[in-house]
Amino acid sequence: MKKLPTADLRAVLRYIRPYTGHLILSVIFAFIMVYETLHVPSLIGDAIDLMLPEKTDFSAVMTILLEMVVYIVLSAVSQWLLSLCNNHIAYRVVQNMRKEAFDKLQKLPLGYLDKHPYGEVVSRIITDVDQFSDGLLMGFTQLLTGVMTIIGTLVFMFMMSPAVATVVVFVTPLSLFTAAFIAKRSYALFHKQAEVRGEQTAYIEEMIGQQKTTKAFGREQEAVAQFDEINRELETCSRKAVFFSSTTNPSTRFVNSLVYAGVGVFGAIAAINGRLSVGQLSCFLSYANQYTKPFNEISAVVTELQNSLACAARVLEFINEKPLPPDAADAVSLDDPQGHIVLSNVSFSYSPDRPLIQNVNLEVKPSQRIAIVGPTGCGKTTLINLLMRFYDVDDGNISIDGIDIRKLTTRSLRKGYGMVLQETWLKSGTIRENLAMGRPDASGDEIVAAAKAAHAHSFIRRLPNGYDTVIAEDGGGLSQGQKQLLCIARVMLCQPPMLILDEATSSIDTRTEIKIQKAFATLMKGRTTFIVAHRLSTILEADCILVMRDGNIIEQGTHKELLAANGFYTQLYNSQFAH
Amino acid sequence: MKKLLRLLKNYKKECVLAPLFKMLEALFELFVPLVMAAIIDTGVEYGDTPFIAKCAVLLVALGVIGLVCSLTAQYFSARAAVGFAAKIRHALFSHIQELSYSDLDGLGTSTMINRLTSDVNQVQNGVNLVLRLAMRSPFVVFGAMIMAFTVDVQGALTFVVVIPLLAIVVFGVMLATIPLFKKVQGKLDIVMRRTRENLTGVRVIRAFHQEEAQTEAFAEDTKGLLKAQVFTGRITALMNPLTVVIVNAGILALLWTGAVKVDGGILTAGAVIALVNYMSQILIELVKLANLIITVTKAWACGDRIQAVLDKSSSMPVENAPACVGDGTVTFENASLTYPNAAEQTLYPFSLTVKAGETVGIIGGTGSGKSSLVNLIPRLYDATSGRVVVNGTDVRKQDVKTLRDMIGIVPQHAALLKGTVRSNLLWGNPDANDEQLWNALEMAQAKEFVAEKDGGLDAPVSQGGKNFSGGQRQRLTIARALVRQPRILILDDASSALDYMTDAALRKAIAALTPRPTTFIVSQRTASLQNADKIVVLEDGEVVAVGVHKELLQTCDVYREIHLSQYPEEVTE
Repeated sequence: MKKLPTADLRAVLRYIRPYTGHLILSVIFAFIMVYETLHVPSLIGDAIDLMLPEKTDFSAVMTILLEMVVYIVLSAVSQWLLSLCNNHIAYRVVQNMRKEAFDKLQKLPLGYLDKHPYGEVVSRIITDVDQFSDGLLMGFTQLLTGVMTIIGTLVFMFMMSPAVATVVVFVTPLSLFTAAFIAKRSYALFHKQAEVRGEQTAYIEEMIGQQKTTKAFGREQEAVAQFDEINRELETCSRKAVFFSSTTNPSTRFVNSLVYAGVGVFGAIAAINGRLSVGQLSCFLSYANQYTKPFNEISAVVTELQNSLACAARVLEFINEKPLPPDAADAVSLDDPQGHIVLSNVSFSYSPDRPLIQNVNLEVKPSQRIAIVGPTGCGKTTLINLLMRFYDVDDGNISIDGIDIRKLTTRSLRKGYGMVLQETWLKSGTIRENLAMGRPDASGDEIVAAAKAAHAHSFIRRLPNGYDTVIAEDGGGLSQGQKQLLCIARVMLCQPPMLILDEATSSIDTRTEIKIQKAFATLMKGRTTFIVAHRLSTILEADCILVMRDGNIIEQGTHKELLAANGFYTQLYNSQFAH
Repeated sequence: MKKLLRLLKNYKKECVLAPLFKMLEALFELFVPLVMAAIIDTGVEYGDTPFIAKCAVLLVALGVIGLVCSLTAQYFSARAAVGFAAKIRHALFSHIQELSYSDLDGLGTSTMINRLTSDVNQVQNGVNLVLRLAMRSPFVVFGAMIMAFTVDVQGALTFVVVIPLLAIVVFGVMLATIPLFKKVQGKLDIVMRRTRENLTGVRVIRAFHQEEAQTEAFAEDTKGLLKAQVFTGRITALMNPLTVVIVNAGILALLWTGAVKVDGGILTAGAVIALVNYMSQILIELVKLANLIITVTKAWACGDRIQAVLDKSSSMPVENAPACVGDGTVTFENASLTYPNAAEQTLYPFSLTVKAGETVGIIGGTGSGKSSLVNLIPRLYDATSGRVVVNGTDVRKQDVKTLRDMIGIVPQHAALLKGTVRSNLLWGNPDANDEQLWNALEMAQAKEFVAEKDGGLDAPVSQGGKNFSGGQRQRLTIARALVRQPRILILDDASSALDYMTDAALRKAIAALTPRPTTFIVSQRTASLQNADKIVVLEDGEVVAVGVHKELLQTCDVYREIHLSQYPEEVTE
């Protein structure tokens, strides 16, 4: 078996430390429970020894029975309290871990989040933490009581009869050996199963995601046939894995029955020789039963703990990711910016081996309207990532009103911008909550006014509950265009000093777009605006067009100037916009 | 869940054999206390060492038989559980294939994936455990009682009292926790949703500096989860201590009556030990049963989730209808469409006749019902009122497969599947040869870039076609539709990522086809529709005009506005 990773173990202990009190209580309760539980068989043995034909000492039996009642009640109560303590620790550790992970999520550089699939991060925060919690809970309770039971029974047994106890000690390694043997072999089978399962999940993801296409092309039967093929393969290797791993219990149980038989025979012989009473023998037999049981559980617990630590390691890895540096202590707040933005010698790349933006210089005067055009992947969106400080520049600097943006509080910097992206995102909640996201204190009238300006009012009004309609996760139920209108209204409400529109109207039909453009035009008046555009109309009205290619601004000027220069812009213009 | 269990019928043999062998194993276990009693009463009492040795051999033999029985049981139960899970996956996957577009709209992609994967796994675990333990545990409990009767009738009466009490505790806790468990899952769903949301919306959240608000909200969510978990934990934690108390109370009763009887010479000490052992066996079984119950509760909830999808009967049942072939005329007769649960009609009743080989343009604003209109033709949705007639027959009265085989559709979102260019194109027509594939690629203006790729037709395509650009993807999906040489071709905003030249070349290639397919072009660009035989102008679900480009420019305000929004310089002309 693999060794437990001690570094992770130490990190996990850090989460448990605040609950040291509960942990100590838990150990105490476990001790009481095991002690009381183990005492009961010896009391039963004593009682049986008192039972003699016509010579039974009933008052002594009654005393023992009353003693048993105390022990049983104590054992049950401590068992319950033990569970409560462990629940308390496990669930809170998990909650703290989740909170920390979520907090980290808010503080991680976008570079990390862009590189990792969302599913992976969600699986760390949800599934892995859950697995860890299950393992922690089970491990705690069973390992603690298991080890105590083993030690306790050994002590009791050695006290009663060292000879018989020795027999027990010699047979037990067999049980452990068998369990380890099976675990090793089933691991390979489980691994194979996980592979095939992964393959099937990938197929399911793809096909269910494409379900409508499958239907439109009448490919249902073929899809099922291909699915069945993987399904059959999974069935075969699952069956092997499940069967093989399930042989652990019967095998160890068999070894245990050997222990039991051994105790019976040697105990009986000892009884004949007068070294053991009949009552003690009965007590021995129940110890033999109790003693072997934890071994079965412990082998399961060790696997479970390994798995849970592996999960914890994945969560911790996420929690320990390097966060964005906090705002500098002397960071100033950007209040009422003029919108004078200067990029000097800015270089940036997502990965060092693939340079993207190199040595870009640009000056944007207050209330200028800048359009950015260029082919896919030329760095348009990257430029915006830098302006908003979603990413920091590798070299050079960006300043607003003469202050380096790294010397501004991120909060005030981002508050200065209103941003509408091509990818519309709404949180689950009501329309009103979504619109007021940037200004939670906005009045109802202001919200309606913003919605009207974004041409969203008419469709909102027609929704079942108007502004209080709850929209589902990912804005489900609304069309792409409607979602975009809401995102625009959201920004309209904020009236930010600077604007970033990244293909903000791409999902909206051209007629509505013109209407929104008008609203934007009002909004843009006196505000510095960056527009990533793909439509002619937006570009024509820009004060300055930046033509980007392979991370560089290769041309710069107004529409007319650029056309006259007859360069890359002309080429782009002709292929994309001319007719 | 109950209906799901019907799928187990293919594993009748396994479902009988697994518990049977499990019970055999338990039966042999039940003999152990009897043998032990004999060792004590005969062996120890008379100092008969050979008898003890014989008993030892018997104990080992019982162990071996138990092992064999148990392994057999595990084998059959693994077979049944895994096979059952495979059957469920098949049933679920096939069922999803039968669902109509509107059914699919009601379900979410991610929950369907979850149900097909993790829910089925939970059910598999549940069935596996139930087959192994569900019969065994009650058998051991009642078996122990019956064995107790053979030892001493009066002592056995204690079992008669204890067992119902235990049943009340076990089932009481179980019934109490099932709804609690569902509640915990529900809270976990909320935590999950918040996490997902914060990942997909990270840019907006940061842009609107909502990090702190979200962190607070998340803390609230996890607090809710914690509360539910702790409460559920408090109840489940009662199960074990309560059973311990009840079983031990039984042991106390046994000891007292035992003492009286041994004193009276009616019972031996060995018999009392046997009775106590049987009672202890019950306790051990109950601990196992408690674990089983947790797994089963989970499995049951998951089974219900699967069943919910299976119960969703297809709202568009495929009936046996005659196949209908023809030249590709399409007629809408007062057809309208309202999506389920929608407040307003998506398409208001309209009529339109399209002759074979005609090209129809469909234009309108966002959400005006363009895609909905063309989706009626291959019967992806059924008209809510009126009817859609293809080749002279109502689409609802013809074989759906034949109908769809005749239609080539290019959906709005160009998505390809993992495989090769060839495997993707063959979706259109599995029997197409290389020449036909290249022809389709050429028409779709995709020949050039496919030829340049390593492997040509066999160039790999990654999931969703991510290794191709948006425009290339779009052209490949167009080629896919053309491979089937359709009688009716539907391009649903299929050329939005293509530049004007390519778009024009594509339309020209389609127009040159013989016979020419009846073509529906959904577009936002008036340029793409200029040569169409008919243009349908939609606004908010209503057909406001039908005509040709020139005509509409004169007569239709909506159309003119759309056109001028794209060609502002013409305003002055």
